[in-house]
Amino acid sequence: MATPVMDKVEAQSAASPYITVTFRVRRFNPEVSAEATWQDFQLEIDPKERVLDGLHKIKWDLDGTLTFRRSCAHGICGSDAMRINGKNRLACKTLIKDINPEKPITIEPIKGLTVLKDLVVDMEPFFQAYRDVMPFLITKDTNEPTRERLQSAEDRERFDDTTKCILCAACTSSCPVFWNDGQYFGPAAIVNAHRFIFDSRDEAGEQRLEILNDKDGVWRCRTTFNCTDACPRGIEVTKAIAEVKRALITRRY
Amino acid sequence: MKIHKYDTVIVGAGGAGMRAAIEATKRSRTAVLTKLYPTRSHTGAAQGGMAAALANVEEDNWEWHTFDTVKGGDYLVDQDAAEILAKEAIDSVLDLEKMGLPFNRTPNGTIDQRRFGGHSRNHGEAPVRRSCYAADRTGHMILQTLYQNCVKEGVEFFNEFYVLDQLITEEDGVKRSAGVVAYELATGEIHVFQAKAVIYASGGCGKFFKVTSNAHTLTGDGQAAVYRRGIPLEDMEFFQFHPTGIWRMGILLTEGARGEGGILRNKDGERFMEKYAPVMKDLASRDVVSRSIYTEIREGRGCGPEGDHVYLDLTHLPPEQLDAKLPDITEFARTYLGIEPYTDPIPIQPTAHYAMGGIPTNVQGEVLADNTTVVPGLYAAGEVACVSVHGANRLGTNSLLDINVFGKRAGIAAADYSQKADYVDLPENPAEFVVSQIERLRNSTGNERVAELRRELQETMDANVMVFRTEQTIKTAVEKIAELKERYKNVAIQDKGKRFNTDLLEAIELGNLLDLAEVMAVSALARKESRGGHYREDYPNRDDVNFMRHTMAYREVGADGSETVRLDYKPVVQTRYQPMERKY
Repeated sequence: MATPVMDKVEAQSAASPYITVTFRVRRFNPEVSAEATWQDFQLEIDPKERVLDGLHKIKWDLDGTLTFRRSCAHGICGSDAMRINGKNRLACKTLIKDINPEKPITIEPIKGLTVLKDLVVDMEPFFQAYRDVMPFLITKDTNEPTRERLQSAEDRERFDDTTKCILCAACTSSCPVFWNDGQYFGPAAIVNAHRFIFDSRDEAGEQRLEILNDKDGVWRCRTTFNCTDACPRGIEVTKAIAEVKRALITRRY
Repeated sequence: MKIHKYDTVIVGAGGAGMRAAIEATKRSRTAVLTKLYPTRSHTGAAQGGMAAALANVEEDNWEWHTFDTVKGGDYLVDQDAAEILAKEAIDSVLDLEKMGLPFNRTPNGTIDQRRFGGHSRNHGEAPVRRSCYAADRTGHMILQTLYQNCVKEGVEFFNEFYVLDQLITEEDGVKRSAGVVAYELATGEIHVFQAKAVIYASGGCGKFFKVTSNAHTLTGDGQAAVYRRGIPLEDMEFFQFHPTGIWRMGILLTEGARGEGGILRNKDGERFMEKYAPVMKDLASRDVVSRSIYTEIREGRGCGPEGDHVYLDLTHLPPEQLDAKLPDITEFARTYLGIEPYTDPIPIQPTAHYAMGGIPTNVQGEVLADNTTVVPGLYAAGEVACVSVHGANRLGTNSLLDINVFGKRAGIAAADYSQKADYVDLPENPAEFVVSQIERLRNSTGNERVAELRRELQETMDANVMVFRTEQTIKTAVEKIAELKERYKNVAIQDKGKRFNTDLLEAIELGNLLDLAEVMAVSALARKESRGGHYREDYPNRDDVNFMRHTMAYREVGADGSETVRLDYKPVVQTRYQPMERKY
């Protein structure tokens, strides 16, 4: 039996934890100016705090006009995907200490979607691509079973990874193909198609594959792996896209 | 200002709102208004599961589930509603499975089930496996599945539309719902939605506490909107403190961790729950476990240099089990604490989690204007509502159940009503209140800041109306809240623009939190007993003679414009179960 006395957290909490960091934030407000600019903010912060905590310190204590989306603050709701030091991350899942606080921390909106104000982008094209892959279970049986459909633990495991998606757009907005061509479905939509194509209960895999066989579909993927790196849920996005490509060739899934 | 006309308007797009929307859209022209995007709602943060007596892995039945719910709520539960909850649980889970929800499975392919706090076999004999789950992201899967089905059904969403006012017209003393007024975040434009039926499904109000599992956006907007218009709020003194929040941060670590065998330990490594709940131990109800943790801390057995937390110990569980059953919460420990749960215990403390109280409704989701009178056209479901199935303390896994059972019921009832009812005329200047509220905040030259007032509110709530309360601490909170409400009149914002003005939004949210904090504290002060989540050190026993009744709080406005909370009470519906001493 473990009998804990001291642990890492306690060992660290003795000294004053605060350090001074610079947040370099991309600002844009068309009500004020047509141009986007960089603005620096200095703040005192515990390096174990989140980037989101830093943004809140700015908004609450320094500049109430700074605008960003956020809700749950622990990586579940998908509101606060942004580009932090050039990489797509969730602000609420990124600790200051993990992103080199010695240098200014740059914070920009995610790319490839129209910026509306500061870190807020237009999410509508992203959700439209999601809706286009028919992201819901489709079954042909007209007689609903009285109990649950059976599914083996192995069949359930087959698509587990892609059920984790929180639709934060970190993957899609990290994809160079998406940046250059907004028509591309993007990784998130393919992930959500994968979630149903490989669900043994679903019967519309062929339809979804045909949608993704389109010129703006899965073949546009250049296997850059940006999406996999960006996913805050640890989904193997590129692998999921590859499985959809393979299913298109073999028609087995 | 734009005016829209819909049969049914749903306020909020979490689990209850979307479950209602799926039903209402099939039956009536429906609009769903949410201040976020639907998939951002806090249903997605629920982890452990959804209770239903499927009996897939061991003997179980809905009557045992009803009993556990009533006992868990310390007998303040309306037993007719609890019976509906437990009976309809089974179809609710099966509905979700048919919609595509990827539940974990048993070896024979049925939905797997696990243990959870307060859920027992045969009226308290031993823990029972009743929670249907999808790893430790059941809420995420429910939110995604409901959204997917809303896409399938073509539900019409108005995303980032913040409902600021409920329109009620009163004729011959009869209140009727006429619609709602919303603020479009992207443009700052005001929209009036005239509707035959309105369903509130806008969630909780936990942000008046500092250490909380709640999202930043859970600011009680729905409760505040109807309360301001003369609708009472029921049982607001009952707030649940979940035993296992991440130390200082409040991030939820599911009770499923203890359902899988996790153990709470004090600084001596002692499994202290054995002292407080000999049968259910770590799986006693949440109010009992949270009080036990604070008792350990107060008596000097807390962990760390300041002795201000205890440990959730998962180190004896096989890593494969943690990976398969608790992947998200173990990841939280790694991300936010730098702790490896395979080998190290996780520092935790109770975290403000769930409002048992809310807008009073009957079992059809119809909102009540007093103890018995229905407000035609007005509905509520989920955490915003008080049916009351949770009484003085909600059992874990009963909230994901509540949103599905009563979300569906409210969706059907509202749409049926809107198919036969006429529109109620809008008031002459329907957006008047919202326009003046926004203009006042935008033009204010006051010297108070939203963030500072909110900090002070959260600090006083944590210090004075948390797990342990006394007359003195609650009075301190009541006085502080009154001071903050006065200072709020002088609050100013920096962002004066129209586009995505979240500065303005936070100021409005703070006003809602202040109103609800006041209702909570005043209700708590008057309840001179201890029951469920409301524990008074100066009245440590349950008092069924004087307090086996629901609190009904009304907003009263004096001739001079002063606001007070007036309390009344409503009888509890008791059917099969007589109150007994509550032991776990």
